Amino acid sequence: MSQVKKVTMPLTDEVVSTLKAGDQVALSGVIYTARDKAHKKFVDMLNAGEELPVDLNGQLIYYAGPTPAKPGQAIGSVGPTTSSRMDAFAPVLMDKVGLKGMLGKGPRDKGVVDAMLRNNCVYMVAIGGTGAAISHSVKEAEVIAYPEYQSEAVRRLVVEDLPCIVAIDSEGNNLFEQGIAQYKQD
Amino acid sequence: MKEITTEQITQAVRDLCIKVSYDLPKDVESCLRKSLEKEESPFGKYCLEQIVNNAVLARDTEQAMCQDTGMAVVYVEVGQDVHIVGGSINDAIHEGVRQGYNDGYLRKSVCADPVFDRVNTGDNTPAVIHTEIVEGENLKITVVPKGAGSENMGALKMLKPTAGVEAVKQFIIDTVNTAGGNPCPPIIVGVGIGGTMEKCAELAKEALKREIGSKNPDARYAALEEELLEKINKSGIGPQGLGGRVTALAVHIEQYPTHIATMPVAVNLNCHAARHREVIL
Repeated sequence: MSQVKKVTMPLTDEVVSTLKAGDQVALSGVIYTARDKAHKKFVDMLNAGEELPVDLNGQLIYYAGPTPAKPGQAIGSVGPTTSSRMDAFAPVLMDKVGLKGMLGKGPRDKGVVDAMLRNNCVYMVAIGGTGAAISHSVKEAEVIAYPEYQSEAVRRLVVEDLPCIVAIDSEGNNLFEQGIAQYKQD
Repeated sequence: MKEITTEQITQAVRDLCIKVSYDLPKDVESCLRKSLEKEESPFGKYCLEQIVNNAVLARDTEQAMCQDTGMAVVYVEVGQDVHIVGGSINDAIHEGVRQGYNDGYLRKSVCADPVFDRVNTGDNTPAVIHTEIVEGENLKITVVPKGAGSENMGALKMLKPTAGVEAVKQFIIDTVNTAGGNPCPPIIVGVGIGGTMEKCAELAKEALKREIGSKNPDARYAALEEELLEKINKSGIGPQGLGGRVTALAVHIEQYPTHIATMPVAVNLNCHAARHREVIL
């Protein structure tokens, strides 16, 4: 495993190009949460020629829906949800509004990887099921769109050293494929 | 005849919902710790360490270990000599879920209609309730909050009666391989075999309530559990799907007699946050 690379949002092409599959990253700055409902809504809006409620150019979407914050917390438990459910929508966001990064858990399909190659994007993972620990990396949280979606609302998070692993880099190197091939036994 | 009030039931369900979300069962935690010794992949080890640290943190800080605090699956075993007073047992359970998810700062993840509007009910009700009448005068309640990341990766197949054990193994292994890194491995593999379509699905979920690594009392099924665990851990999927030796912590099989013309098999996967907690009233 690599030394931890510090990355601060927003993501530039230069920064994305330095991130390689297998890199450990400490992510800081502003990121946005969106899950299934918000993704469908975003893509429907773009197809209808409407503007999104958030400018995603150079930004990163974290696939997450938190538990309610307890008194004194910025946010409740907030680990990643399964990224593959967003596979149908993510390429549109990379192609049309300049999304640069995604953070979730689990593998992605070819359509997502192809869009990442076209747009020089990065896909990182946080460890699924460690939402309590991850909540400590979130310093501020604010609902900025679709409050009616409750935990699925779009949130603006300010994070500090959120631990991530680069799972698929902008050249298409894929830690899932590499890792499984390395440890598969017949 | 023992009397149990619906208020007692509501209170018990409320408390179980909260505690189960904060406090990973000891059998799961100890199995995760042991699996650290087996894992060879540096990423796999890292994931397992973070998972264990998170479980300890969640317990110490009384916070949900995972933001997916699930749909509440509630098992109730009602002794036939118990008399429930004060209203409907189902209403009492739903009320317990409502209070627990609110008071425990747990995520409300249930939508009222599955297809059309999918509006969140706002209080994590309704629960999925399985009630069974048993002998005696106890009332046992088990809460199993089930996250959808792992639930989505389950599968059910109606195999031919002559398909044999090889077809059963293949279906289970194919289901785990297809799931890959999606269900938050290391996983618990719950398998139901036999009965009817819905019976085998229920058995697969019940298998997830067993203590991790406990064996099926039938030696043939116990051997099958062991063989499948070994095969699954050769898949290379590993913790979080990043490659490694520890893909599953356990395979639990529950079987039931079935019709001469069928052999249903259901696979219900659980993530490493394998939460279950019970109380006897």
